[in-house]
Amino acid sequence: MPGRYTITRDDVAHVAELARLELSEAELDMFTEQLGAVLGHAADVAALDLAGVPPTSHALALTNVLRPDEPRPCLDRTEVLVAAPSVEDDRFRVPSIMGEAP
Amino acid sequence: MAATDLPAGWEMVVGLEVHCELKTATKLFCGCPNVFGDEPNTNVCPVCLGLPGSLPVLNQQAVELAMAIGTALGCEIRPSTFHRKNYFYPDMPKDYQISQYDEPINVDGHLELPDGSVVGIVRAHLEEDTGKTTHAGGTGRIHGSDHSLVDYNRSGVPLVEIVSAPDIRSATQARAYAAELRAVLVATGASDGRMEEGSMRVDANVSVRRSPDDPLGTRCEIKNLNSLRSLARAVEYEARRQVELLEAGERVVQQTRHWDEDAGRTIALRSKEEATDYRYFLEPDLVPVVPDAQWVTAVADTLGMLPAARRRRLEELLTTDGAGTGDTPGGGAAPTPAQLDQIATVVDLGLDDLVVETVAAGVAAPLVLARSANEAATDPDLARKLDPVAFAGLLGMEASGSLSATQVKAVLSELLHTGGDPAAIAASKGFEAMAEDDLVSTVAGLVADHPDEWARYRDGDDKLAGFFTGLVMKATQGKANGKAVAAELRRLRG
Amino acid sequence: MSSTGSPASPAFDLADDVRAGRRRAVDVVEASLAAIAEREPELHCFNLVLADSARQRAAEIDRMVAAGEDPGPLAGVPVALKDNLCTRGIETTCSSRILAGWRPPYDATVVTRLDRAGAVVVGKTNMDEFAMGSSTETSATGPTRNPRDPSRVPGGSSGGSAAAVAAGFAPLALGSDTGGSIRQPAALCGVVGMKPTYGTVSRYGLVAFASSLDQIGPFATTVADAAGMFDVIGGHDPADSTSLDRPTPRVVSVLGDGIEGLTVGVVRELLEGADPDVVARITAAADVCAAAGAHVEEISVPEVRLGLSAYYLIAPAEASSNLARYDGVRYGLRVDAPDAASMNVATRTAGFGAEVKRRIMLGTYALSAGYYDAYYGQALRVRTRIVEGFERAYHQCDVLLGPTSPTTAFPLGERLDDPLAMYLSDVCTIPSNLAGHPAISLPFGTGDDGLPVGAQLLAPALGESLLFRAAAVLEAGAPAGTGGAAGGVA
Ligand SMILES: [Mg+2]
Ligand SMILES: [Zn+2]
Repeated sequence: MPGRYTITRDDVAHVAELARLELSEAELDMFTEQLGAVLGHAADVAALDLAGVPPTSHALALTNVLRPDEPRPCLDRTEVLVAAPSVEDDRFRVPSIMGEAP
Repeated sequence: MAATDLPAGWEMVVGLEVHCELKTATKLFCGCPNVFGDEPNTNVCPVCLGLPGSLPVLNQQAVELAMAIGTALGCEIRPSTFHRKNYFYPDMPKDYQISQYDEPINVDGHLELPDGSVVGIVRAHLEEDTGKTTHAGGTGRIHGSDHSLVDYNRSGVPLVEIVSAPDIRSATQARAYAAELRAVLVATGASDGRMEEGSMRVDANVSVRRSPDDPLGTRCEIKNLNSLRSLARAVEYEARRQVELLEAGERVVQQTRHWDEDAGRTIALRSKEEATDYRYFLEPDLVPVVPDAQWVTAVADTLGMLPAARRRRLEELLTTDGAGTGDTPGGGAAPTPAQLDQIATVVDLGLDDLVVETVAAGVAAPLVLARSANEAATDPDLARKLDPVAFAGLLGMEASGSLSATQVKAVLSELLHTGGDPAAIAASKGFEAMAEDDLVSTVAGLVADHPDEWARYRDGDDKLAGFFTGLVMKATQGKANGKAVAAELRRLRG
Repeated sequence: MSSTGSPASPAFDLADDVRAGRRRAVDVVEASLAAIAEREPELHCFNLVLADSARQRAAEIDRMVAAGEDPGPLAGVPVALKDNLCTRGIETTCSSRILAGWRPPYDATVVTRLDRAGAVVVGKTNMDEFAMGSSTETSATGPTRNPRDPSRVPGGSSGGSAAAVAAGFAPLALGSDTGGSIRQPAALCGVVGMKPTYGTVSRYGLVAFASSLDQIGPFATTVADAAGMFDVIGGHDPADSTSLDRPTPRVVSVLGDGIEGLTVGVVRELLEGADPDVVARITAAADVCAAAGAHVEEISVPEVRLGLSAYYLIAPAEASSNLARYDGVRYGLRVDAPDAASMNVATRTAGFGAEVKRRIMLGTYALSAGYYDAYYGQALRVRTRIVEGFERAYHQCDVLLGPTSPTTAFPLGERLDDPLAMYLSDVCTIPSNLAGHPAISLPFGTGDDGLPVGAQLLAPALGESLLFRAAAVLEAGAPAGTGGAAGGVA
């Protein structure tokens, strides 16, 4: 099913936006072609009838891994903030946030 | 609840999403302290800062508090998993939120409100909180600020998000639901319920329709309502706004709106026109939580009585130990509306155990309830520690007429602060009861001094009882018992 | 029972010399630094050589020995760390511009364990950016060259670690393996590389690429050294929820047990598409197993053919989320812009290389609304099929054998502009990651070009003991003159 297992230039532009990446026109062309090739290869996966097969997300089936509610030492703030690109009043400074959290 | 706060012919449909911060010692996925108000970026570690290479480990106490909430809300407690909800935002250190998505720990519960109405609970799931952003420059709000500052102390604090069914039909009911839910959260020990500190935050989904038979209308979500008053006002405003739009032949656009408390209206948020696509997938760094029956029972066993049950307990106490007018099977009277209010107050303030134990010590329930809801409630923190036997002793003196209501208040105030024997406190204040002979002679003297008034009282003008009682009180500097004075006046009238 | 005797363990022998006071750690470290000084400019194995701290640590080890203390089983042994393992106060960049200059405020669990074992970290090794690649060419710091032939790639993504061991810079190194990133470069550089069972080595402090697949593992010049290193770094870690809370097999003790009576399955599908000279070496390896008393049979595991496609949906999907945090707010690169979202875009656009962008977009696409079921969901169901395929195979066989890579080391630049061709070099290693199973690559002769061929052994979950036993047998029977280090420390 070539129509399904491919990716359009618009799709690439859309996912770049979702992923907060900016692509030049040339990059858009290049990535569209390359991602198309990879997804074309994945057509074997698409063609399989796997209805009723459960998904495997974890390699091992662990459950109930919990930790006691006991405080552990925190990081030293100086060590934390020294890594930050911009700091003000002991907080991480970011440029103006245009929209509210979704 | 049939009441609607809307113009005739319209019905509002409201569902609430309540985010409740859990009262754990540490965060959901790391050992940083879960405390409010510390110096910025001091309660942080690689995990809650989302540093490369860090991994989450689930806090057992958070899971158990979530289970406690589920139990209190009558939910089914189920095996659950965590997903990643992917979106970029500066207060979210990993740029995804770890949240329970298609397999939440609690589903299908309900909450009964004091008026008897029931609101369905769709789910109550665990997730992590974000950091806190302050908008600097400009107005201090997000719009017009020239930059923002982020503190990650709150990042990773455990939240339970409680999603109600769209069962709420008025702003009043929305408020009652949030108040009752807060009481339940406090009662389970899961939360301190402090809306002003953001430990309980409410989002409201509001739509309107002409008839209960109509399909649901287009809804708007109002974000981050941080007081019960704001919630009620915002829901009321938003429903009216939608009704006005529809009556004007316009459409309601599905959007997220913000409540402006000062302006008293909701405002559409200026959000970037990018479709939210959270790309949920199972969190590979965490494993499923599968509570077995034994664990669920153990958590349920730690739960104390919930507010609804506590209110019912007081109502029953009143009807069986009540005013005795005899129109209920227990022989007592059904609680009056004023008493229902007193019960609600006492339960909200956690004074219901005091009432029950004081009644058990031999004082009539209506008096205990009234004094608890009015006088003791002025300092609930102290009142919760009050010795019921001492409280019963004090109210017993009032009931027998040896202390006046005014004197009771004065003694109670001291009893709350210092404890001790109420009789001794009364004595130290010079509140020893007036001897009956003294009262009789005082009343007789005053009657003689005011023959005209006395004649009118004797001829049936009952209002003058108050006149004479006032004189007695003045003459005795408040030591006389009002009931005893009234009885003496009636006796003299013959 | 046939036995291989006691396999060579140069790194641990060296540690024993240091612990016994026969050799000074400072001399060992100087030898390592001298080897690095000589060939590092040509090979570029390291993003950072830690000469000063290594010398200090070695002196400390010597003082401990002099004071009668035991610094641990790796006393004084130089170790190279892949640059995606967090080291406190020491730059950890994942060979990406976006993390240039980042000094983590904490150590990865494996780093702590190495430290407790007395190891001396000599540097942070070059890698494909965020471990995305099979040639170490996607590194922002430039490619590493293969010590066996500097015109060739060392493989990847742990190419710097593999090459550092092959060049004799350090007898041991750590890498991470998400789809073959330890085994494939080990094969191409002619050293031993092992991917443990998912959950046996803590991932805490490993900068995530694809969390459900990533696993840290050892590089060494011999099977016994790799086994010893696995024993040091393995074991439960409460900081990693996917870490298995059970005793780790102490594999060193079983190395000499041989494989007599075991069944070794040669996986037909892993040989498909491999170069004929590579196939010939694997056939020879099978003969070595048979000569050691194992029952050898050809086996078909058709599901492994689906591994590559499933992997290139699952790994990018997880990566797209794992790499969202590089947003210019808390650490690493920031490219300024008037508002926060534009700053995110500018930072990520400037900070990530083409391969990382490719995979982020692929993964974002696979997870996005409308495509999840067809791509990501379907890939997870394929993963189930692969696990089932291995289950069937392990009913019949104790361990499986195949090539590690379909080819020997390829020339630099050959596949860089053809992602699919590059991805195909992981076709033999990916199935073990999807299943979470352990696998090891060890040098077994050379191809027609004279470059190393890697034989890959696969075992079921927690089958490390079997895996190392079989590997020791193959090592003992390998054609002379392949593998090992090109000189250097040990
Ligand atoms: Mg939520
Ligand atoms: Zn933390």
